[in-house]
Amino acid sequence: MSAHQLHIDWTLCTASGACIELLPDLLTADDWGFPFSAAGTDVPIPGGSLDDARLAVRLCPRLALRLESAKRSPQ
Amino acid sequence: MSEPWEWPPEQLRAEIKASGLLGRGGAGFPVWRKWESMPARRLVGTSRRRVVIGNGAEGEPLSRKDAVLLQRDPHQVIDGLLVTAAAVHADELHLHLDEAAEATLSRALQQRPEASRIRLHRSAKSFVSGESSAVIGAIGGGPAFPTDRRLPASISGLRGHPTLVHNVETLSRISQIVRMGGNRFSLIGTPQDPGPHLLTVQRPGHRGAPVVLESTANASLVDVLFGAGIDPDSVSAVLLGGFHGRWTRMDESARKPFGRIPGAGVIVALAPQVCPLRYTATVTRWLANENAGQCGPCRFGLPDLATAVQELADFPRTAAIQDIQDIHRLMGQVSRRGACFHPTGTANLVASALQMFPDEVDAHLAGRCTATESIRESA
Ligand code: SF4
Ligand code: SF4
Repeated sequence: MSAHQLHIDWTLCTASGACIELLPDLLTADDWGFPFSAAGTDVPIPGGSLDDARLAVRLCPRLALRLESAKRSPQ
Repeated sequence: MSEPWEWPPEQLRAEIKASGLLGRGGAGFPVWRKWESMPARRLVGTSRRRVVIGNGAEGEPLSRKDAVLLQRDPHQVIDGLLVTAAAVHADELHLHLDEAAEATLSRALQQRPEASRIRLHRSAKSFVSGESSAVIGAIGGGPAFPTDRRLPASISGLRGHPTLVHNVETLSRISQIVRMGGNRFSLIGTPQDPGPHLLTVQRPGHRGAPVVLESTANASLVDVLFGAGIDPDSVSAVLLGGFHGRWTRMDESARKPFGRIPGAGVIVALAPQVCPLRYTATVTRWLANENAGQCGPCRFGLPDLATAVQELADFPRTAAIQDIQDIHRLMGQVSRRGACFHPTGTANLVASALQMFPDEVDAHLAGRCTATESIRESA
């Protein structure tokens, strides 16, 4: 289980797509260009993608992303 | 004897914990746990002010129970608000209401000096404005939209103060509990969902206005329909828990106790001549129009989902297998992708219709409709 998750604030995101390009293994574009992950709003980030996720947080033009420590990690 | 809001807070909290009361606004969260989530005043880093908000603005368009309660028993709601404020050491008290209830409540408040610190607020009527973060936003002077929550309201709510939001029926139950005793209250209904509940029963295709009645979680759907003056044999399908609820049929399960009352207690009983797929399509469209326009997947996804459901419902003109695939894809693209529960709740409603009415779906795909056929037969 990942220790980190990328939280998407949907009230801010305008589908610029920067995060989808930076995290192609974790996000795809939905029908309207918004970042899609089967996990929904809090996308688990494996250790190997942590740097890319940090970059996405910095490059999101709308400041819609934040990196959090995962709330529930199943034992 | 002193008034219950003058009792020691520990005693109030113990009574509510013993009662097992669940919130009556729809989410059904245990009230004592909500109270315990309010931080102690000493807690460093939180504001010292504590806020309690009573929410009487029914977002559910078919719900009438809170409106009826506020007209019939405004003082019980006020009592509950005072008790809650005492239990969690709150200094700021608000009531968020529809315009229709304002006059009654302001009259009731004028009769009581101890309630003069309660502030009334008129709600902006919409489905998502009843959501608790939207209520907090509206009272704080901002837009009545849900927000992307960084911190729970119990830590940082109204203007950053720890805030508790309760539905007005919850408040009236709190006042009942402190008067009758938590243990006695806990014996009513079921152990998972104790105490009486207000329900709103609607009957599309039947005659008459919605009925508000009191029941408990050990009643069955059949009991509730009889209680509302509806013959269960005249009902083909039932939507339990309002527009974010789930569909059921009048099979054996309708005779079993609910166990837990669904959602905010809205029950919609369809007559056989009303097509449940069409009804679902109408509700989905309505929900799509109610999105607050903030979150992309909700703003674009719900209208597209409503259109796909409409195509399926509009037999025999448009229904095609492709619509079913579209519906499934769109449900996956809106579920859990918004700042509030609205898109997920809407997708759940559609999923439940597909699951409960496979024969109707097949009929529509074959260019027929079981509901309109039943009209022709009876004509
Ligand atoms: S980079 Fe930001 S605005 Fe662009 S799609 Fe991602 S979250 Fe949305
Ligand atoms: S998910 Fe939909 S209804 Fe909820 S805040 Fe976002 S746009 Fe509004």
